[in-house]
Amino acid sequence: MAERVGIVAVAQTKYHPNRADAFEGELAYEVVRPVLEETGLGFSDDGSGIDCAVTCCQDMWDGKTISSTSVMPVVGAHLSNEDKVAEDGINALYCAVARILSGHHEVVLVVSHMKESQADKSMVENAALDPIFMRQLGFDFLTAAAMQAKRYMYKYGITPEQCAKVAVKNRGNGKRNPYAQEPMDITVDDVLGSKLLASPIRLLDAKPISDGACAMILAREKKAKKLTAKPIWVLGVANCYETHYLGERDLAECDALVSAARKAYSMAGISNPWKEIDVAEISEEYSYQELLWMEGLGFCGRGEAGRLIDSGATQMGGQLPVNPSGGMLAGIPNGVAGMACVAEAVLQLRGEAGDRQVPRAKIALAHGITGVCGQLQGVMVLGKR
Amino acid sequence: MANRVAIVGIGQTHHTYKRPDVNMPEMANEAVRAALTDAHLKMKDIEAVVTGNMETFEGLFLPDHWMAAETGAFGKPGFKIGTGGTTGASAVEEGFNFVASGLCDIALVVGFEKQDTGDTTAAITTCATPVWGKGMATGAIGEFAKQALTYMEKSGAKEEHAAMVRVKADRGACRNPYAHLKLGLSSIDEIIQSGYLVWPIRLLDFCPQSSGACALVLASESRAKKITKKPVWIADMVAVHQLPFRVGIFGDITGTEPYSQEIAAEKLYKRNGITKPIRDIDMAEIYEPSNWEEMSLYEHFHFCEKGGGWKMVEKGMTEIEGEFPVNPSGGVIATNPIGATPVIRIAEAALQVRGDAGEHQVTRDVKTAVATALGGSNWTVMTLLKRSL
Repeated sequence: MAERVGIVAVAQTKYHPNRADAFEGELAYEVVRPVLEETGLGFSDDGSGIDCAVTCCQDMWDGKTISSTSVMPVVGAHLSNEDKVAEDGINALYCAVARILSGHHEVVLVVSHMKESQADKSMVENAALDPIFMRQLGFDFLTAAAMQAKRYMYKYGITPEQCAKVAVKNRGNGKRNPYAQEPMDITVDDVLGSKLLASPIRLLDAKPISDGACAMILAREKKAKKLTAKPIWVLGVANCYETHYLGERDLAECDALVSAARKAYSMAGISNPWKEIDVAEISEEYSYQELLWMEGLGFCGRGEAGRLIDSGATQMGGQLPVNPSGGMLAGIPNGVAGMACVAEAVLQLRGEAGDRQVPRAKIALAHGITGVCGQLQGVMVLGKR
Repeated sequence: MANRVAIVGIGQTHHTYKRPDVNMPEMANEAVRAALTDAHLKMKDIEAVVTGNMETFEGLFLPDHWMAAETGAFGKPGFKIGTGGTTGASAVEEGFNFVASGLCDIALVVGFEKQDTGDTTAAITTCATPVWGKGMATGAIGEFAKQALTYMEKSGAKEEHAAMVRVKADRGACRNPYAHLKLGLSSIDEIIQSGYLVWPIRLLDFCPQSSGACALVLASESRAKKITKKPVWIADMVAVHQLPFRVGIFGDITGTEPYSQEIAAEKLYKRNGITKPIRDIDMAEIYEPSNWEEMSLYEHFHFCEKGGGWKMVEKGMTEIEGEFPVNPSGGVIATNPIGATPVIRIAEAALQVRGDAGEHQVTRDVKTAVATALGGSNWTVMTLLKRSL
């Protein structure tokens, strides 16, 4: 990258199981206001303010076409440029980075929101599946994920205990994150004894229903340095699609993630992610996903993530802490999750992560997923320098 | 300094209401293949894919995921964009930014809508705010009837002028092999005698529900020059968004017109040294869901002075043979597969710049063209195309 892009402000709501007290615009207001206050910026085309907004939400979840209209008055791009990305939030950030690197924009506001409590998750997800083969079978992302978990565990000998350890670690990490929805003191036995949702996924293996929003301001290098004393730089970013049909994929593999990670690492000049990355925030809607995605991200070899979680290397205080925020398992909505991962990475790199601070974190990785069995994978590498 | 970006491949489906012969991915794939053929490229040459579609119109979630193989996104980076009527242009804008940023050299943008599988008007009404708007939400027709009424009141335009716009559009559509409605209208009487949908909008005053797709291949300067002898350069894109419609508040019904178009046009003209649009630009493909809207847009885009839109029509200035041709393709009133519609505007304007529009190629030599899009909450996206930079 010729000129770098810096993240100059981040804000998140506290994630919550049911924000019946607020409509989407009010949720967005809770995160847009702090980033504007932190930077002192408003919208302006003369180079003195924000010149573009990228919103990120899902019409089918919001039950409304052009769902960004709910947050528009709050986002504030009236008579300025605005676009809407309908994927996980990390892809909206990717768009914002492209907008700045293109030279067409200087400062971009990105806002994602989601109220999972408002819709029937299974029904919405079923509508994402091809109508001929998969939709008729009644699949949703949970039942598809159960197949992926089974295939992954069978192929590489990953055990239910190893998956449960992810849930224990992340929900435990959530206790030190003021934004986390469901911090919990649980044991592997609690996870294995919790209600079976879709074999082998149990209640505590799955993320809870969650509402929330996240906002960020990104700026071109020179501008970013003026706007904050602690800009966090986007060193590498990429995303990649898998094919849609589950039957065409080996669900124990994650080629799209491998490809996205390779691109992001190459941009960031990273050759050994396990050694060079200090902290990682990985989107794990289900516990097995953290293990599978760690393999895709090249943290370890194929099938080795089980041993990695056993070793404790990904716990707080380990060699590479994964999901110090508590991750999706501690409660972050779909669509916002990838952005929340970036937000946590920014806080860690700024040294503002409070009780969950990873000491001396210089390089962080954030990851986001959209679609069935992680069909669209997004990766961002962030750095302090 | 941003990389320059050119359109090097253009492809669209035949547009019609019902396409029972294909599903959505297959339909999008037709346009993708046509664009690749036009660019003499293969799917493997494409590095990123931007998809534009309004998923609620077909009741889908993540439509780009279902058709990742057919759009060519499989194994590549990409985005799904949805900004209402402007969706296709917003998608092109993302592709334009993506190539200009240097993150890739060749990107494909595909917009599509298959309206025979959903209920668009029902979906559009979900956009109104539950408290103030839902009770009066009538989909797009009511909104454009309101604007037509406002235009009629302010400009003195008569139904005959709107009908003349409709006949002009039909003449273009009949010469465009891809257009949906080809009515062969012979006189304005046929329009004036068609029934009212919402006064003053009559059946023939409004766009159809079409199914179709349109794709563009965008390339960086160095690649574009190798791919084609006739690159069409995207000189600039401007998007301006205005706060949502306040449907149901009385002040709006006869009062405030959207003004995002003026702001967008003024930004675009200022940045590109355009002082007299109909002299400095050779033709336009504009997004006019109704013929009334077209006359009003002439004024918003400063193609004429305020109140002069219907006079341009009366003089025949915007006909294919006219001094400033507008919508020689037949426009949105003839063909409206929503997610594809703004991509078609850009594609048709690019064909005019290349001189490849066939029977609906305009008489004036097109070195510079403008394509516009209009959407949901008064969004306007404008694209300036040039034969040489």
